[in-house]
Amino acid sequence: MSDNDIAIKVGNLGKRYVINHQKDKGDDNFREVIIGGTKKIIGVFNPFKKSEKQKETTEDFWALNDVNFEIKKGDKVGIIGRNGAGKSTLLKVLSRITEPTTGKIHINGRIASLLEVGTGFHPELTGRENIYLNGAILGMSRKEIKAKFDEIVAFAEVDKFLDTPVKRYSSGMYVRLAFSVAAHLEPEILVVDEVLAVGDVEFQKKCLGKMKDVSDQGRTVLFVSHNMNAIEQLCDHVILMSEGKVIKKSNNVREVIHDYLAFNENGISQSEWKNKDDQYKDKNFHLTSFCVKDNEGAAVTQAVRNDEVFSVEIKGYIEELDKALQVGYALYDEDNNLLYWSIFNDSAEKEWPEVKKGLNVFCSDIPKRFLNEGTYRLELIISLYFRCWIIEPQKNSPTIFFTIQGGLSDSPYWMIRRPGTLAPELKWSVK
Amino acid sequence: MTENNKFEFTIESGKAERHYWMDLWRYRELFYILAWRDIAVQYKQAIMGVLWALIRPLLTMIIFVVIFGKIAKLPSEGVPYPVFVFAAMLPWTFFATAFASSGNSLIGNASLISKVYFPRLIIPAASIIVALVDFIISFTILIALMVWYNYLPTWHMLTLPLFLLLGFFAAFGAGLFIAALNVKYRDFKFIIPFVVQLGLYASPVAFSTTLVPEKYQLFYYLNPMVAVIDGFRWAISGGNTAINSTEIIVSVGVVCLLCLFGAIYFRKTEKTFADVI
Repeated sequence: MSDNDIAIKVGNLGKRYVINHQKDKGDDNFREVIIGGTKKIIGVFNPFKKSEKQKETTEDFWALNDVNFEIKKGDKVGIIGRNGAGKSTLLKVLSRITEPTTGKIHINGRIASLLEVGTGFHPELTGRENIYLNGAILGMSRKEIKAKFDEIVAFAEVDKFLDTPVKRYSSGMYVRLAFSVAAHLEPEILVVDEVLAVGDVEFQKKCLGKMKDVSDQGRTVLFVSHNMNAIEQLCDHVILMSEGKVIKKSNNVREVIHDYLAFNENGISQSEWKNKDDQYKDKNFHLTSFCVKDNEGAAVTQAVRNDEVFSVEIKGYIEELDKALQVGYALYDEDNNLLYWSIFNDSAEKEWPEVKKGLNVFCSDIPKRFLNEGTYRLELIISLYFRCWIIEPQKNSPTIFFTIQGGLSDSPYWMIRRPGTLAPELKWSVK
Repeated sequence: MTENNKFEFTIESGKAERHYWMDLWRYRELFYILAWRDIAVQYKQAIMGVLWALIRPLLTMIIFVVIFGKIAKLPSEGVPYPVFVFAAMLPWTFFATAFASSGNSLIGNASLISKVYFPRLIIPAASIIVALVDFIISFTILIALMVWYNYLPTWHMLTLPLFLLLGFFAAFGAGLFIAALNVKYRDFKFIIPFVVQLGLYASPVAFSTTLVPEKYQLFYYLNPMVAVIDGFRWAISGGNTAINSTEIIVSVGVVCLLCLFGAIYFRKTEKTFADVI
């Protein structure tokens, strides 16, 4: 009888990818492309020709490893974890886009997945045509779409442009229409991946509202997001993933999110991050380390006092200078509130520190008696101004932490932590 | 509760086969809509629209008539050369477009494949429907030609759909293979136009099958389009051109094998499409 209450049951689930490390990437000239191509074709038809292939070394990578959990009907489950933790792979396996390597998933109910809004939209087709196309792709029948058509159009606010090809839509209209179709799906289990990251603030609110409606109707929702506030608002359960494993499943959403933000995977708040695995390779900025240093230049290992100046240090290797390079950090408090962004060239142009080719060490002081007692989190901001992200906070950035304790003030009346994120000591006068 | 049970299923590595054929039926509406999308997109921004489906085969036919009919003076088994060529051009053009579009269909729909689940077999199947529509449109040229040369259709004409079906499955089987291979090895993208171009001359479009030396005939029949083209000619000319049962049997056999192994290979590689595309 309890089996009937379970919407999704996952046991011993694993997904392996084989990564090829090709020794030579000689696709530079046309001849090599042809030769490489011919070799490949011969390779396909000749199963005995192994010697050519052995030059490529392969490596197994388990994107999901021994994942087990159960989701009851009507649960709203948020899945959180850092980039590469396996969240998206899990959703892909659940929605049957890709097959698991090991294990079993039992699904009870009609499942629909929303891994990206506007999947299958065709730019040449009109809004009306795309509603039918997209609906069918998401698994709605023509009858269902017809019945909901007016509702979809009204929600997307595109009624004037129904017969215009969507390639002439503004990006806002496009996204609204896409989300609207998806929002009117009525599956028993809905799987959603980061769709709220689109559109303007107003529309995001509307989407959140719609998601809430969906979940209030008693459907099961699985929701992957980096937006912790959305998870907290929508979900009553949370699954924390790391390195392809479920490390925590709880109905105390607040606590799990709090722990997730305050600690790294090993449960320690580290104040130093070193690029050991050669990640973030980029010719404009190849990050080597990111840490918090005390006033003597040593990496911070324990709590710093609030009456000490300490600094954030970002080290990176620049192969190609780009004037638009932005290097900085974002500072968050324990509740994931963003305090500020700071970039090395925030000041007037003539005061900018000079960036050179080769190794650069970016350093910035955090003034004393500015923050409050507590734990803070730092993430990197590295981008080419308005062109592209190299490292984006809350997306692919490494995180480091520091804790401030003691040294709040020299005043005998300010001995213990005051409420507030900041605790600056400001000048007063009495006239 | 009974409604729910319909959707209860288990995902397990390597055990997808059971649902697959059921799903294919369940997703039939997606098949219609993808086919309709391909047709709509094909004709949307072309001013001449449908006319293209007429102009292309018509121009090719004229070139063939001039080069092979007038200059090379190839025999046409007593049928007016334009009718002779066009009766072959129809099924060949159908095969070529169907094969090319199904072979490239998976890559063209990469974003769909990596974002939503549905039986992937739908994609190459739906893409052939466009070629079928083109075929129907250019069929009107044939009718015009027959009127012009005073050719009355006979009962033989009724067998035409059977030969079309044979051509359809020839394109589908070959298309499945290439589509699946194309996902992993993009080289096949370059092979498709080559096969289509070479095939035009390897198939009896400009000439009659009877011109092929006797001892090579059986080997020649391995090209499944030989029987399809000969069948079209036979049906259109009212039985005036040659066709024999051997070529039909060989062709049906080859097409069956193509479809069988095409489908097996497609199914085998299908589960990795989303990972490698």
